[in-house]
Amino acid sequence: MTTYRLDQLTVRHLAAGKAPALHAIDLVVEAGEQLAIIGPSGAGKTTLLATLACAHKPAAGGFAAFGIDPWALPEDARHALRARLFLAPQTPPLPPRQRVVTAVLAARLPQWSLRQALASLLKPSDPDAAFDALARFGLGDKLYARVDRLSGGERQRCGLARLLLSSAEVFLVDEPLSALDPTLAQITLSTLQQEAAARKAALVCSLHQVDMARAHFPRIVGLRDGRIVFDLPRDQVSDAMIAALYQNEADAPAPAVHHEAPEQLAVGACF
Amino acid sequence: MAALIGLAVLWPALVFSEFKPWILFDLQSLGAAGRFLAGFLQPAHSAEFLAMVLRETWQTVAIATAGLTLALLGAIPATLIVTERLSISRLGTGRMRAGAALLRQAVRWLLVLLRSVPELVWALLLVRVVGLGPTAGVLAIALTYSGMLGKVYAEILESSDAHATEVLLANGSGRLAALLYGALPESASELVSYTVYRWECAIRGSAVMGFVGAGGLGQRMDESTRMMAGGEVCTMLIVFVLLVAAADLVSTLLRRRLG
Repeated sequence: MTTYRLDQLTVRHLAAGKAPALHAIDLVVEAGEQLAIIGPSGAGKTTLLATLACAHKPAAGGFAAFGIDPWALPEDARHALRARLFLAPQTPPLPPRQRVVTAVLAARLPQWSLRQALASLLKPSDPDAAFDALARFGLGDKLYARVDRLSGGERQRCGLARLLLSSAEVFLVDEPLSALDPTLAQITLSTLQQEAAARKAALVCSLHQVDMARAHFPRIVGLRDGRIVFDLPRDQVSDAMIAALYQNEADAPAPAVHHEAPEQLAVGACF
Repeated sequence: MAALIGLAVLWPALVFSEFKPWILFDLQSLGAAGRFLAGFLQPAHSAEFLAMVLRETWQTVAIATAGLTLALLGAIPATLIVTERLSISRLGTGRMRAGAALLRQAVRWLLVLLRSVPELVWALLLVRVVGLGPTAGVLAIALTYSGMLGKVYAEILESSDAHATEVLLANGSGRLAALLYGALPESASELVSYTVYRWECAIRGSAVMGFVGAGGLGQRMDESTRMMAGGEVCTMLIVFVLLVAAADLVSTLLRRRLG
């Protein structure tokens, strides 16, 4: 069964200006398929993952998840569909003052009733499952630690442990290795891939580590300026293609942009 | 010249308004004020009086607590409706469904209405409706404070980091669950601190409302002031200081617990 079918899909930023972030993307993802999305910063990788997670509405083109267009569904049905897709953002979405066990068990919220959610806040409802998930990322000893006591890499893996507890059929993972050393990156990526394979879930993973992507993912999608540059099995991806994908970033100096101070800066505002 | 004309115009007005500043220095009024102030140096502490103060203090605390509890019953649902961050229809589109946006705005206006009428005015109105006594005070606090609490709760929740809540919503959890697991850990201590502070305000507010007949320590204080019994007023003011200090202590303990 096809997990995703994107047909000439255009996605615009939600903020003012409405510049297109993705232009006329064609992409088909089969169930259980594992693909890496690579490309320079600002290419649209995060927007693509958010779109696939139904957390960003496309502006034009065809979009189908599990054969249905989520944005044609009524809101409740669309929200129920979101529970079948797991989005792990690059910044781990963990409240600093929460305990790790609670943060990880939050993956079960779509299945829980409100009463179960409340009860689990007072007494974690399934600490063993949370422990197992954390242990697979080497964090078993952190079960009852507070999130703000974790290092950056530990937080990132803690966010991924949440993925193991979700009941999702698709994993959309945004740069899961950005805060990890090479050894941990290896372990983390293989854990993700094993879990996806065991569930026959599709795994779409954006990566900055091109070598890791080429070594571990059977299919590589190159994204640049919101367009798919190539979408090929890994053995057909040549070094030249990778170099071309990242070209300007390495060669050209940053273009000279004149900055202008806005007419008014709000006092105390930092955005 | 101008001063003379001014005085000539002003003089009849002063006479008409019975403005007699020298009364301030009249021996009789000086003596009365002096006795009232001297009374402050000796707080009233007869057993009978203290028992009465204790009873009235209990009533004041009860008015404040009951009023605040009722206010919470109104404020919490209003917060859940008003907080834009918990909107599911906003997810992915950046804008809310028209019906939901309208409901939010309507509740916002209701909160504005509730808190824009001072609790003293609510109390004056309610004393007419339900009669003299604590009921008017409780209802007045409940009405005004649900407006304040609903607004500030929503703003506290919206000024915390949005990331955790948004990702939980994007992964399909419900609105309330996203609130409990995403926003609450960040905001809990601030919410508690504001609630306890409002309880403290309710204690003060119930004293003021006592002056219009809404019961509690305020009503006794009004009576003592009229009788120029400085010692009694002093004792009751000390009780207020102690109550506020107790609220402060509760707030500190709770915040430490929530860490």
